Amino acid sequence: MQPESYVAHHFPNLRQQEHAARLGMWLFLATEILLFGGLFTAYSVYRFLYPEAFAKGSEHLSVAAGTVNTIVLITSSLTAALAHHLVEKKRGKLAACCLAITVLLALAFLGIKAWEWTHDFREGFFPGRFYDSSEFTLTGAPMFFTMYFLLTGLHGLHVLVGMTVLGTLGVLSWRGKYDHGYVTPVELGAMYWHLVDLIWIFLYPLLYLI
Amino acid sequence: MPPSPATIPPPPDSAPAYNPRNYLNAEAGIASWLLTRDHKRIAIMYLVLTSVAFALGGLFAMLIRLELLTPSNTIMSAASYNRMFTLHGVVMIFMFLIPAIPGVFGNFFLPLMLGARDVAFPKLNLLSVYLYAIGASIALYGMVHGGADTGWTFYTPYSTTTITKVVPILLGAFVLGFSSILTGLNFIVTSHTLRAPGITWMRMPLFVWSIYATSIIQILATPVLGITLALVAFEHAFGWGIFDPARGGDPILFQHMFWFYSHPAVYIMVLPAMAVISEVIQAAARKNIFGYKAVAFSSLGIAFVGFFTWGHHLFVSGQSTLDAGIFGVLSMFVGIFTAIKVFNWTATLYKGSVKFYTWFAYFCGFIFFIVFGGMTGIALATVSLDVHWHDTYFVVAHFHFIMVGSVIMAWLAALHYWWPKMFGRMYSEGWGLVSAVLIILGFNATFIPQFLLGNAGMPRRYYSYPERFWALNVASTAGASLLAFGFAIVLIYLAISLRYGPLAGPNPWGSKGYEWDTLSPPPPENFLENKVYTRAAHDYTGGGEGGGVTHAA
Repeated sequence: MQPESYVAHHFPNLRQQEHAARLGMWLFLATEILLFGGLFTAYSVYRFLYPEAFAKGSEHLSVAAGTVNTIVLITSSLTAALAHHLVEKKRGKLAACCLAITVLLALAFLGIKAWEWTHDFREGFFPGRFYDSSEFTLTGAPMFFTMYFLLTGLHGLHVLVGMTVLGTLGVLSWRGKYDHGYVTPVELGAMYWHLVDLIWIFLYPLLYLI
Repeated sequence: MPPSPATIPPPPDSAPAYNPRNYLNAEAGIASWLLTRDHKRIAIMYLVLTSVAFALGGLFAMLIRLELLTPSNTIMSAASYNRMFTLHGVVMIFMFLIPAIPGVFGNFFLPLMLGARDVAFPKLNLLSVYLYAIGASIALYGMVHGGADTGWTFYTPYSTTTITKVVPILLGAFVLGFSSILTGLNFIVTSHTLRAPGITWMRMPLFVWSIYATSIIQILATPVLGITLALVAFEHAFGWGIFDPARGGDPILFQHMFWFYSHPAVYIMVLPAMAVISEVIQAAARKNIFGYKAVAFSSLGIAFVGFFTWGHHLFVSGQSTLDAGIFGVLSMFVGIFTAIKVFNWTATLYKGSVKFYTWFAYFCGFIFFIVFGGMTGIALATVSLDVHWHDTYFVVAHFHFIMVGSVIMAWLAALHYWWPKMFGRMYSEGWGLVSAVLIILGFNATFIPQFLLGNAGMPRRYYSYPERFWALNVASTAGASLLAFGFAIVLIYLAISLRYGPLAGPNPWGSKGYEWDTLSPPPPENFLENKVYTRAAHDYTGGGEGGGVTHAA
């Protein structure tokens, strides 16, 4: 199958179609940033209102778990980038392995996140009106955990979507769909994954370190 | 680009023909519509859906006006009245004003104006219609099961505690937002990647420029509304305290996040209207636009400045005086960009050769509403004046003039101007002018009394009022009835035209817009040949020619 057979009827050539797909993906990533932007704004406002509770709140989270998760996610971005590189070299099976590792790392990320959440729940760190901790009672402490669960929850949702996308791409890549020179879907999937990674890189210091 | 001298309108085509193989009949059956990728069919689906939404929103509006016919309780209770104005706002804004012009005329004509065969992502385009239908259905479910009484602005903390069905309506608006994002994304990528040879950026029709500016706002602002509405729904359902002052939340934060979208959303509504008007005025004057670059870049200017004006909704919400002053001045910048457009449109008429078609009547109505709506907007952006007018009918009348009056005018102008291209048939010009007069007068009769009422101190969102406001409220309701009557006439003659209208031919107006360069209705692939453009859009210097199909070659 020639790459040209992927050209839709309304595009003059493959190069232009790929350009359009890439541009569309960049715009979609912009909408994702603005979506998280709303939450980051809320975080900033409440951090400004309750500086002490937010500073103390991060001490009640496990920095070790957060750090491990950061490493896990950055490594998974590397394997996603490798997968894109490998399909361009027409090594679909190897790329599929890289994508599989990415999905496994994402799964590990979610596993650690789930362990953290369970730990928080046991301490009574629930969001908003469910907050039930007797040791951390500063004004604004429930708001810190509301923001924490909203930010990590929305991010976790994006991890799930990314796993589905990369998993599908991995299966198709294993079957040799991208061995003919048309690799845009892998490129776009990897772009999405890098964004999910990038958002975490902001969440990690905001929630765990400062 | 120097303005071209006017020319004499060309003689009508000797034998207008109906394109026998067009996008409407190329494939048959329900499935061919539901699974179509054709931007023209998607536009027709949007036309049907948004028109139904408009009728529904109009029905709510008429019920509101009936209730306000007498000072005390007329046909409904205070609780029902609160639901009525909420549903009127939600339906009209999220289901009609925002998607109507981009969804219908943007989808249909943006590719035709670029010489493209479709938008860049036809499947996403179809998905946007489905998201529209799903979002509207979720919201309708909420309306049928109790409605909401928060107003379309969903201000916290009331919206997070109300016992009405606000959650489905919030979720409906959330989904409708994604439909809007997909449309905008498609238009930006299409303008970048699918311009036919010869259409450089500086030759792009002004309609495309303005839709492009709209799309930027749709992409950058709508996600913020999405997360904000989701947070309100979350708060209402689970009580996480995000906007709840009892739990340390800040309800004013909601207002900032909401208006960060919803003020630019006004430009999502008005910029497409300006897009239509920029096309219509050139065809009406039979001249190219006066000051192409000024009109094109002022659209981008409005899109840019629009992001920095949201604070003018918070003048009385505890914002600092300095912030209020800054937001007031920034808001007035929008007036500068709009004035550039208005002066250029009217200057285009100079030495033009105007025929008073129905769509030109709507152009005149548009200019009236945008100038007076805009001027009252400048007045409202002045902090000291706004404190007097805040939450009165003056504000209601102002935003109905600017974002309803002008958008409806442009929507009707677009419908009448492009109807022959979309359906290949003409409508009754006489009835068109009659209904245009009724609608323009009806709109003024509805809202000019509301300016006066607001200035006299009548607050918005009450179902009753003191007797001294009675006479003007009767006038407003009478105007609304006239308006409804005018729309009924439009509906009737357009429906008749679909079947019995005389054949239009490819270019009944002799317009030199790129989109007229194909058959009526267009074939499924838009053009029979691959287009190469050697002339600018609306270049009328060529003289009496026009009405031909292939004068680009």
